[in-house]
Amino acid sequence: MNTTFSQGVKAGTSIAIGYFPVALTFGLLAKTTGLSIFEATAMSLLVYAGASQYMALSLIATGVAPWLIVMNTFIVNIRHFLMTASLSENVAPAPKWMKAIYAFGITDESFSVLSTQKGGKIATAFTFGVALIAYSSWVVFTAVGHVIGANLPQFLQEAMSVALYAMFIGLLVPSMKGNRKVVLLAVIGAGIHCALYYSNLLSTGWSILVATLGSAVLVEFLYVKANKNVDRWTTERKADQ
Amino acid sequence: MGPVYWWMILGMAVATYLPRMIPLTFLDGKELPPIVSGVLRNIPFAVLGALIFPAILHIQDNVLFGVIGAVTAFILSFIGLDVMFVVIGTIAVLAVYSLF
Repeated sequence: MNTTFSQGVKAGTSIAIGYFPVALTFGLLAKTTGLSIFEATAMSLLVYAGASQYMALSLIATGVAPWLIVMNTFIVNIRHFLMTASLSENVAPAPKWMKAIYAFGITDESFSVLSTQKGGKIATAFTFGVALIAYSSWVVFTAVGHVIGANLPQFLQEAMSVALYAMFIGLLVPSMKGNRKVVLLAVIGAGIHCALYYSNLLSTGWSILVATLGSAVLVEFLYVKANKNVDRWTTERKADQ
Repeated sequence: MGPVYWWMILGMAVATYLPRMIPLTFLDGKELPPIVSGVLRNIPFAVLGALIFPAILHIQDNVLFGVIGAVTAFILSFIGLDVMFVVIGTIAVLAVYSLF
């Protein structure tokens, strides 16, 4: 079981690799949008949310009012309510202020790494390790991207765009093995998101939220119902004997 | 960029931090009804499915690029490689693919 800070850093290294090209590109785009290196780096340092930061750039470029950009950020991040609520069931006891600190480091990626850890509650030191290595990569490479631009060779830039998704798959597949509930949850979550995405019904932030909650609730009810049937079946059998 | 953008960055910071912080600190130690905690325990796997698809298919204009990436990552993790090697291996395969 993973418990220490350095084990956390190790587990978070795939996130750091995945953030590298995304942060580099963000730095470059921020520069071309007109943000200074201080503004770009401050955004990564204080906001630390990839999707919202990219969205903010495109909204700034089209001249959208800053308060609308803030509203938009909130909507994109509502899904984190769900993730941190789920995480709160799984983390080791710690003082509230400590949880309030590492809560800052919960992203889609760190949540995925943390919540797929096997065996017992997630240790606080481990959480800090995962969060810190990922956050450092995001902030440092934003600044680097602003200074040097995304100067990776084209083929490498393209290939690295898969990194975060490969990580998600690498986290999901071991849990899927021999666990039909996990397979069902992932497939239904993916299915609902695809349906919402291709029908253009909702924006991305909302559709991930709806797909996740939809799948989690649906599968839970299926299993509760199935278990009730099993219970009834076993009690009837007992009554027969 | 003017000072209004600094206010915007601060506003974005608050709008991002609150959804992360409130459940973690305020649900701390609370007993939830079994159905609610059951749903919350399902969230990680449901969210992974939703994060991977359809986004991985559209990382480049060429959908085949994402399909190759998804299949590679799936095979590498299915044979039991550590997440880090799944990531590096998938990048390597796509790097070779985009060179040719």
